[in-house]
Amino acid sequence: MNIADLVFIAIAGIIILASLGVVISRNIIHSALLLIVSFLGVAAIYFQLNAAFLGLVQIMIYAGAISVLIIFAIMLVADQDLSKSNPSDKKGAVIGVIVAGLFTFLVSISIASSKWPGLVNNILENPIEILAELLMGDFVVAFEVAAILLLVAIVGAIMIAKGADDKK
Amino acid sequence: MISFQHYLILSTIIFGIGLYGVLSRRNAIAVLMSIELMLNAVNINFIAISKYVVSGPVIGQLFAIFVIVVAAAEVAVGLALIVSIFRQKKSVNLNDFNLLKW
Repeated sequence: MNIADLVFIAIAGIIILASLGVVISRNIIHSALLLIVSFLGVAAIYFQLNAAFLGLVQIMIYAGAISVLIIFAIMLVADQDLSKSNPSDKKGAVIGVIVAGLFTFLVSISIASSKWPGLVNNILENPIEILAELLMGDFVVAFEVAAILLLVAIVGAIMIAKGADDKK
Repeated sequence: MISFQHYLILSTIIFGIGLYGVLSRRNAIAVLMSIELMLNAVNINFIAISKYVVSGPVIGQLFAIFVIVVAAAEVAVGLALIVSIFRQKKSVNLNDFNLLKW
């Protein structure tokens, strides 16, 4: 067991504990803050997988932007008493434990029992350069569509949150 | 030695936790946060596959970028909808969102 394995185990433990905290916590602000911890842990996994650009994007977009958006939305819709702001449904919790437990168990068993032939270990010289060439080359249409999707989503979000003004 | 399967199992566990959150939480924002957890699990899978399975260009990382873009759009529109519904119903509890029920 070398140092990279220990780092992976530590990061995986942090991610799993933080994610469990997100779905178990009764206080929604605690959920949101633990979600940031979970995003940062996932970014560390990306760095370990030689995806430095994706790790930075994860920190900027998820841990920076999306979590701030979620916390602002919580502030806008919060009640006075935050300690019971995230109720759980008895029936839903039972169904959730059964479905999620069964899913995790079955998929983990099938991953562990598969043979996985032909695995390689890519260590690319310069993945960012290849990524840029792909984004501006073969996938340029998808790139532009993603840009339009973001624009439409932002304008739509503003319109929905502001409410239509019928008086004019 | 950490191998490809460990990354897949980690992402399966995170996806399962997110699935439990979607099914059990009754606060709409908590459901959105659980969906973000599930999307993160999918991204770990994509990047692990781009390192261990595909030999050649980093297609997996490219897909992960598009997943992040769609997730950002989804969370922006979803939170706007929740804020808008909160104005009408004064609640973010999913059990109170029954306008389309009869």
